[in-house]
Amino acid sequence: MAFLQLYKRQITQCIITLATNFHLTGFITGRIYQGKLKSFCVPGLNCYSCPAAVFSCPIGSLQLALTSGLYVLLYVVGFLLFFASIFARFVCGWLCPFGWLQELSYKLKTPKIPRGFIKKPFRYIKYAILLVFVIVLPIVSFSFLGVASPAFCKFICPAGTFQAGIPLLAFNEDLRDSIGSLFLLKFTILVFFATFMIIEYRAFCKFACPLGAFYSFFNKIALVGIKVDKDKCTNCKACVKECKMNCNEINDLECIRCGECKSKCMSNAII
Amino acid sequence: MNKKKFFSILLASFAMSFILVGFFKNGFISVLQKAVFICLECIGIG
Repeated sequence: MAFLQLYKRQITQCIITLATNFHLTGFITGRIYQGKLKSFCVPGLNCYSCPAAVFSCPIGSLQLALTSGLYVLLYVVGFLLFFASIFARFVCGWLCPFGWLQELSYKLKTPKIPRGFIKKPFRYIKYAILLVFVIVLPIVSFSFLGVASPAFCKFICPAGTFQAGIPLLAFNEDLRDSIGSLFLLKFTILVFFATFMIIEYRAFCKFACPLGAFYSFFNKIALVGIKVDKDKCTNCKACVKECKMNCNEINDLECIRCGECKSKCMSNAII
Repeated sequence: MNKKKFFSILLASFAMSFILVGFFKNGFISVLQKAVFICLECIGIG
């Protein structure tokens, strides 16, 4: 039981990753799952073209929904709002497969970027990515070119390159013949973030994830959150001094509810 | 129940109704059609 208590977040991350990616034969056949479960979105960033994925990525679906009519938009925004109102960035800390991958990468024994070395304004990049690549560019490309282009998936998403691009190109010869400059761009972005996430805790989450940016707006009101007993809190700030997400306070925009601050609090004020 | 919890549950209820309306008006079909084929943009060759 002590093991479960100690590693409950890692165990949850592992279970969620497997539960949303159980079509493992896809890695051998080079084909993706085509069942009806794909009509449902998962809370975390999980590429629907990953051979193992059995559900849809909410960010990929949102880019499609923005140019596909009211009812598609209602359906996808409904999933996003539901996850946001219940969990918000708890999703990042507990339910996102790509978040888990970043945490595992950070465990590698290498020199790390000192805490606070990268200035906090860089975090606003993820909001710009959400606005420009997820919302504006798909709408603009559809309006002017008549083609719905998922700009975030196409030009940035390292999860897509890692989960879908590399395995599919490795096992599907037909696709391999089509590799061009776009794949090289995406592969370079993946290598950049893969390196960055080894030396900076959850680098993609902090600086570039549009899904985390969306959920962050709901962090203050979400049902699942970290509570602080104000009667016990001595305002010593021990909780935020060692926070790996560099939060300014508990439940702020960057808080992923990892709960690691609980062990730092000497007055047991964090519930 | 405090205000935040109330607002959160209210928002979740709205979200559920959005999903149901979208589902019964066949909004899910577009998502399904996109997701069951390999997304060439996602893998970097689209």
